[in-house]
Parts: sequence; structure tokens; C-alpha cells
Amino acid sequence: MTGSEVVMKLLERHGVEVIFGHPGGAIMPIYDALYDSPIKHVLVRHEQGGAHMADAYYRASGKVGVCFATSGPGATNLVTGLATAMMDSSAVVAITGNVASGLIGTDAFQEADVYGITGPVTKHNYLVKRVEELPQVLAEAFHIASTGRPGPVLVDVPKDVQLAKYDGPLDSEIDLPGYKPTIVGHAGQIRKAAEAVRAAKRPVMIVGGGGQVVPREVAELVERTGIPVITTLMGIGAYPPAAEESLGMPGMHGTVSANKAISHCDLILGAGLRFDDRVTGKISRFAPNATVVHIDIDPAEISKLVKAHVPVVGDLRDVLPRLTQELGPLDIGEWRETLAGWKATYPEKYTLDKPLVSQEILAMLREATAGECVVATEVGQHQMFAARMLPTTKARSFITSGGLGTMGFGLPAAIGAAIARKGETVVLVAGDGSLQMNIQELATLYKENLPVVIAILNNGVLGMVRQWQELFHAQRYSEIYLADSNPDFAKLAEAYGIEGHNIHDRETAKSAIRAAVAAKKPVLLNFFVYEAEKVFPMVPAGAGVDEMILGDQEPDAHRVPEPVAR
Amino acid sequence: MSGAAGGSTDGSRNKRHVLSVAVRDKPGVLVRIAGLFARRGFNIESLSVAQSERPGVSRTTFVVSGADDTIEQVEKQLQKLIDVLTVVNHTAGRSVDRELMLLKVAVRNPDERVEIRQIAQDFRARILDVARTALVFEVTGDERKMDAFIEQMRPFGIVELIRTGRIALERTAAG
Repeated sequence: MTGSEVVMKLLERHGVEVIFGHPGGAIMPIYDALYDSPIKHVLVRHEQGGAHMADAYYRASGKVGVCFATSGPGATNLVTGLATAMMDSSAVVAITGNVASGLIGTDAFQEADVYGITGPVTKHNYLVKRVEELPQVLAEAFHIASTGRPGPVLVDVPKDVQLAKYDGPLDSEIDLPGYKPTIVGHAGQIRKAAEAVRAAKRPVMIVGGGGQVVPREVAELVERTGIPVITTLMGIGAYPPAAEESLGMPGMHGTVSANKAISHCDLILGAGLRFDDRVTGKISRFAPNATVVHIDIDPAEISKLVKAHVPVVGDLRDVLPRLTQELGPLDIGEWRETLAGWKATYPEKYTLDKPLVSQEILAMLREATAGECVVATEVGQHQMFAARMLPTTKARSFITSGGLGTMGFGLPAAIGAAIARKGETVVLVAGDGSLQMNIQELATLYKENLPVVIAILNNGVLGMVRQWQELFHAQRYSEIYLADSNPDFAKLAEAYGIEGHNIHDRETAKSAIRAAVAAKKPVLLNFFVYEAEKVFPMVPAGAGVDEMILGDQEPDAHRVPEPVAR
Repeated sequence: MSGAAGGSTDGSRNKRHVLSVAVRDKPGVLVRIAGLFARRGFNIESLSVAQSERPGVSRTTFVVSGADDTIEQVEKQLQKLIDVLTVVNHTAGRSVDRELMLLKVAVRNPDERVEIRQIAQDFRARILDVARTALVFEVTGDERKMDAFIEQMRPFGIVELIRTGRIALERTAAG
């Protein structure tokens, strides 16, 4: 066997069903071995797209996503995708070709220090020096990527290693004495957590991205205790958004109810989240009266930003059921009433004062899919609207770049998710700015013929930047205008062989959405919305979550007065 | 109780910490550690690396200064690196530490030579090289001793010096 055949055989052994990649000079031996492999390969049009697809494939399925790229520019194109996966704890194994060992360090054609460049954006990475290392390196790569706090691992394979002969065993022991994720939570800490929760009068649970693996366990805890639940952007789907206990998303563009709950609660039960600044706002104003119970698999997240009074390090699959067992129904009737009052006072609001508004498109999409779809998003205003108006009921179904906030993530992510979840419709909520950052993947989408509905909320500007400029930069609209040079997105889709429609009015929008969802093939819908739309509420950068600008979410005057928290 | 970190008074004062980090001898492990410090804005005051008693394992000693909660974060982030085996924070009294310094001092006349050698004797500094115009000393000890020796030599003219930075080991628990 050659090193390349070893790579392909090992990928098979690790249960890999699909690889997202793009060939090039330094990875040609591996592509040669791929030619005879049963593993499906998705030919992407840019390596960044491949990395995002692998990332989304993991998020949507729980199975490690795999991508290939060649040396130099191929590998550097992966970097944004790896950083995205790293920030959102997504299990990806990236395999890159490199120039032959003898050429490394000589500024050879298409050579880059990929090992050095990708170190800071991966959980771990390898430069394979000898073909004999391949079985162990790949075993470790999959192990590291998928266990503990998941993350991307890159394996860089020089061309001579790909070509080298190998007749040793493919099985290999992993040897990682420095890597021992804590899975089982400490019994004493779980007991303390339970005591703290029982003692609370105004508790709230906040579930983050870690919640994607434990929707059932979250539901059981909530059912038993009646504790209200906030799901972060990464936690969407970990608890049904329509449930009575659900308060929606917290933070910068969170719901009024969620942010008020945080400001007034006396206990936070944080599960699988890292208290990102977009969630907390100004830390000193975040939950000032709360005892913080923080459960996370990564000890470095405990007390990194928000001090945890009761830390529990462990896997939520272990900790949550044990915690639930120690808890009974909580006596928090008054608190729940207060929260119900806030929810009633501050529902999602929008006015239909323009031919089309973003929120109504999302409402139509929700209706057309009956909430039963996978949602992918790009990054910007549309992403925040989608998080609030189109949260999924199922886990692993809201695929968005939360940590890195990568424009260009959405289209490849929709493709990766559609491949992971065969038969399910994927709705990509996109902006006209973001979508163009990886627009070339329309070709991949066409070729794979996946049921992806692309809904562009086209406001002709970089909407989120525009919103900040309007609110915080004295309406000095610097370099945000796209409408004068946007492509005709419907024609563009058609150029790629994909059905496309430009839509300006409500009635057409409704019927086009129904038809697109039923089509079970790629359809691009380009909705023209108003450029000055803003996402409210908004917590300005550096402000506390109790200092929301309510904007159009201000309750109507005739509504019931706001209940007072006790 | 306060929900906010960083505002606590006891955790926000800068202190120096000696961290002993056992790492696997893998290519790039130091780059990973240095990169982690740089990326997260932690400042290294000194760093030494050498082989340990175990084959394939190196022991690195870092002196870093920062608030207690910052250092706790440093330790946790180090521990997350796959090739890092153990991280020990040598808090005062529980460890022994030493530093080695080589110092070249100018000698202008025989009287000075006598005086310098006398001071060196008090510090138990060894002479490594003798020339007509300079002497090279080797000094080991704790940081205060190094600093004191430097101060004593300064009037004569320090030509150059190099310090290894601290290295440390945990004391054996009594009993």
C-alpha cells in the first residue's frame, strides 16, 4: 500500500462517508487513492467552502466532518473554516497535502507553513513525517476532534509520505497522555449545584452549544423542575422554542424576556456555554444578583469571564441526568408568572409597513416548513432575525457561525447539513452581502442537487454594519452600499442551473416559498426588503443586558403594564 | 453574591507565579505554548526548557506575572494543549527554585580585582574565566541573590550578563 491508500483505508475504518475537498498538486496521490475508494467526495469550488461543509456536516449529524485541500493556497483557504469550527466546537478532520519533505522549508511551489499557520485555529494539528505514523496520527486526529470539547484537527501530509510504501498494520493505539477530557462530573459538585438550584427563588437555565447533544436531558430537567430556559444562539434547538418555559435567546439581540430574566434572576444554571461577550454584554451588569452554576466539559471555560460559584466540569450527557435526579419541582410560581408577564408584554413585533419585511419572510418560512426543517444562516441582521423568528424545534438543526461570525459560512453550511440530513429540507437564511462571500458553492449545490431553499433577505446593504453606523456612528454610512452593484441573484442562480426568483411583494413571496419548500431541489428566492431595517432589541457594545435599546420592540401603549420582579 | 469576574479585589492584584510545565518532546510544542501566551495576552518574564528525568518529556519553567484569576486561566489553557502533560504552579514555600547567571565584569586595576573577588566569594560565585581586563562569574541561587550580585558588580562595569530564568521543583511533602 502507499501512504495515500493508507489514508483512504483509515478514513473508511473511521466510518467516514463523505469528504468535502478540492484537489491540487501536493494532494494528488491521495486523490488518486480516492478514485478507488467507496467514500463519496463532494467537489467544492473553494477550500473554505469545503471546511464549512465539513463543519456543518458535523453540526447536523454528530459525525466528524472531513475535508481535503492541497498545500499552500489550498490549505490557507481552509483557515477561516477551521477557525469557525474551533470557535463553535465543531469536530472536523482536515487533511492537507504538502510539498515533499525534502522541499519543506525551501519556499517550494505552493509551500506554506500550514502546521504553523493552523496551530492557533485548531484543537490540535499534525505534520506527518513518516508513513508509519499515519495510522496513529489519524486515529488520534479523530479521537481528539470528536471527544471532550469537540474541535477541528488538521493533518498535514507531505507528498513523499503519500507516495511511500507501507505494509504495516492499520490498527493503532492512540498515545495521548496529556489529553484526558473530564467526562464524569464530580458528585459533590453536582450535589452543590442541586442545592443551589433548590434554594433559588428566581432561577434560569441557560443552554449553549453543548446542549445540542442533550436535548432530551435538558427537557427532562425542565419537566421535572419547571425551570425557565434560555437558549443561546448556539443552543437553539436544544429546547423547544415554543415551550412555556422557553424565553428565547439572550444577549445583544436577545429577547427582552431573556435579558430581563438574566438581570433579575438569583441563579443561573449554565449548561454547555462559554458566556461569550455577545451573550453577557458588560460583565459587571450581567446577572448581578445571581449565583452561577456552570456546567461545562472544558475546565478553561469555568470562571473565564463570569465567575462560577458552583463549577461542574463534565459531559452534559453525564451531569444533567444526575443533576435532574437530585431535583424535584421548584417552588418558583411567582417567578414564572413574572416571566410569563414579560413574554406577554414583549412578543416578537414587526410592522408590515413596507412591501416586504425580513421578519415576515421568516414567519412565512416557518409556516411553510411547519418548523420541521434544518436552518442554516449566513452572518448579520438576517442571522439575528432568523435566530428569533425561525429557531428550530430540534437539536443539531440551527447551523450558524456564532463565535467567529463568518460571513460566507451559510451556503456551504447548508450544503454540508443537507448531505448530513438526507431527505430533510434545509432553509438557508442569507443576506445579499454574506451570500456573495462563498457564492461559488452554488455550483456544488447544483451538482449535488440538494433540497436547499436559499432565502436572501436582500436589503442592498451590509445591514448590520449599517445599523451600527446609524446608531453609533452618526449615520455616516461608510462602505456598506451593495445595491448599485449586486448581481441579479435570480439570473445568477439560473446561470448555475438553479431555479431563482426575484421577489418584491407579499403575495408572490408566500406562493414562492410554498413552492420552493415543496420542490425538494435547490431554489433561490431573492426577497427585496427595506434597507433601513434594524434588529431590535439591541444591547449596545459595552452596555449591560439591562440596557437594551428596544426600538420597534417597544411594547404598545395599550398593553398590560410591566410586572415588577420581586 | 456577585455574578461578575474580574471585579474581585483579591484576584486582581499582579503577582509573580512560577509555572512548571511538563511537555512531550514534539516538534512545535514550544511554539504552541508561546503562541498561546501571545494570543491570550499573557506575558512571559522568563522561560527555560530542558529535558526531565523521563525520556521524551521536557520540563519548562515559566515565570509569569498576573492576577490570580489570570494565572488560573493560563494554567487551564496550557493544560488544554494536547502535548502538555502537567502544569504545576509553584506557590511560595512549596517549591525550591534556582537560577543560574553568567556575568562578565570589567577589571581596570589590581585593587579592583581583589575587591571583586572578595565580593564574589561572599556570593559563592565561581570564576569561569580570567583575563587581564575582565572576569566571568557563575552564580546560582534565587532571584534576590542574583539581583544583589548584579548591584554589587555594577560599579565596576558589567560588560555582559545572561540569566537562565528560574527553574523549579515541588518539595516533597513532609512525612
